[in-house]
Amino acid sequence: MSDVASPGSKPGFSSDVMIQMTGVHKWFGEFHVLKDINLTVHKGERIVICGPSGSGKSTLIRCINRLEEHQKGRIVVDGTELTSDLKHIDTIRREVGIVFQQFNLFPHLTALENLSLALIWVRKMPKAKAEEIAMNYLDRVHIPEQAQKYPGQLSGGQQQRVAIARSLCMNPKIMMFDEPTSALDPEMIKEVLDVMVELAESGMTMIVVTHEMGFATAVANRVIFMDFGEIIEQNDPHNFFENPKSDRTKLFLSQILHH
Amino acid sequence: MAVVTGTGSDTRNPIARLWGNKKARSVIVQIVTMAVVFGVLALLYRNVVVNLAAIGKEFSFDFLNAPSAYDITFSPFIEYNSRSTHLRAAAVGILNTLLVASCGIVLATVMGFIMGVLRLSKNWLVNRTVYCFLEFTRNVPVLLHILFIHGLVVTQLPVPKQAMNFADSFFLTNRGFFFPAPVPEAGFWIVATVFAISVVFVIAFGRWAKKVQDETGRTYPVFWISTGAIVAATAVAFLAAGMPLSWEAPALKGFNFKGGVAIKPEFIALWLALSYYTSCFIAEIVRAGILAVSYGQTEAAYAVGLRPNRTLQLIIIPQALRVIVPPLASQYLNLTKNSSLAIAIGYMDVVATIGGISLMQTGKEMETMMIVMLTYLVFSLIIAGFMNWYNKKMALVER
Repeated sequence: MSDVASPGSKPGFSSDVMIQMTGVHKWFGEFHVLKDINLTVHKGERIVICGPSGSGKSTLIRCINRLEEHQKGRIVVDGTELTSDLKHIDTIRREVGIVFQQFNLFPHLTALENLSLALIWVRKMPKAKAEEIAMNYLDRVHIPEQAQKYPGQLSGGQQQRVAIARSLCMNPKIMMFDEPTSALDPEMIKEVLDVMVELAESGMTMIVVTHEMGFATAVANRVIFMDFGEIIEQNDPHNFFENPKSDRTKLFLSQILHH
Repeated sequence: MAVVTGTGSDTRNPIARLWGNKKARSVIVQIVTMAVVFGVLALLYRNVVVNLAAIGKEFSFDFLNAPSAYDITFSPFIEYNSRSTHLRAAAVGILNTLLVASCGIVLATVMGFIMGVLRLSKNWLVNRTVYCFLEFTRNVPVLLHILFIHGLVVTQLPVPKQAMNFADSFFLTNRGFFFPAPVPEAGFWIVATVFAISVVFVIAFGRWAKKVQDETGRTYPVFWISTGAIVAATAVAFLAAGMPLSWEAPALKGFNFKGGVAIKPEFIALWLALSYYTSCFIAEIVRAGILAVSYGQTEAAYAVGLRPNRTLQLIIIPQALRVIVPPLASQYLNLTKNSSLAIAIGYMDVVATIGGISLMQTGKEMETMMIVMLTYLVFSLIIAGFMNWYNKKMALVER
């Protein structure tokens, strides 16, 4: 692994702030799903968020590109504040890519069309150029030979790699992953994680919601533990796994590291 | 229990052994089925021959060339009077069925798609209003709707002498809806030609715009430019040619309007009732189709930067259509077949003409009913064939 991917305990990245969340709250009806979230993400940082299901991890990252709307507090992404202003939302969505647990590929389009669609309709690119870029990214996730296949013809791991390529080809500054390997068969998890490790080595700013603790140890600069909508604890991977401070973190780690 | 191996050890009798063989069994079942089908057909044919002979009738379509000796009040496409043949009467009926079915399919589709989308509205009032209308309408038999609308038109609209008058050109009465008929004059061909040329131009423009997008990524507002070009070119040609079109306005003569175009109340009632009744089923189909596309698709589209209208156009609708089309086809078939209820209000469709009055006058039950059945069969097969072709085109590729 290259030196970029082996983080020291002190952050060695530049101080450019990519995401700044201050005092963010969100409710689903009566349910208080995010409670006073304060989080700063720097350029090139690789953050892993873990925690029990229902703890608000997915909601947190979905707030960053406005798939969910926060009700209190501020979220600033690369200098643009997230408000209901559609221009701001467009700007932020252009800079933030997201990969979903269920892939959410467009089933009526081929892998190549899944990638080139937004280049053509959002970036207003010529079709030939869009397809050239799309092919480059399919190459990068190691499945150029599947370009003309439809999602239904691909395995889960291949679909998730197409989904990663679809986000990447919009050239985002930040990539977010919402449990990218949870819907995959065990033998396919590695191929997706390999792609994510390569991405981390290239210096991409990443926020990953996952329970793959091996990935966290190998790649993350910082691990965040969430429970009941709060950030309970955050630390570099070594200290997080070796010396967890809060009891809830200890309990969670003992449960997931048992097997 | 005996272990059955490939040969020799089976102790059952030969028939039981044959029945136990999967391939042989399916052949036996098919032979028996075919025998039953042909047997029934032969029985029916014999019945017809024997019974027609017993009452002194012969099976023949010669009556079609005899004068029909009855009037048809609504024949918008072909000349018809009581001296015309039964064949012509059948043609009038078939065309009238075709007219109300195709107009009904168009209106029902438009209404159905609008109501289906409104039914998904987040606005409580809109959503509930449409819901109440849908539930009320589709749970009342369509015959009652037809009678209701017909009754409304005939009893509630004024008689021609007190017609509802719009600008002395459009008249709404209980004898129908009357409006001016366009009469082309010398030089109208110029306008028609310009219109045709502009349509060709617009098709070419659409192709060109697609090509430009493929090559450079630029997009044009194709719909607005196309519409504008056709309207503007036709209007200019119309003015330049000296407005070569006059209108023959309907005028009150005696008890009714003469001239212009007349839409009979029977047609209005049947058309409206069939359309809004069927549109309620279509609305539910459309709603189901849109809901069947998972919300993850919308999220994924938003996440790559697509706006809501493009998401609908490029992601949601193409996927919703594949859920919508098959049940939509059966609603089109239902509407077409339901149009036979025309006879309840005296709209002269194929059942009322050849299958009604012609039957009464000639006593040719077998022959006339066969014509009616064949008509519906052909219409249904055409609709089904088209929808199957379309569905195949839209289907998803998997595996």
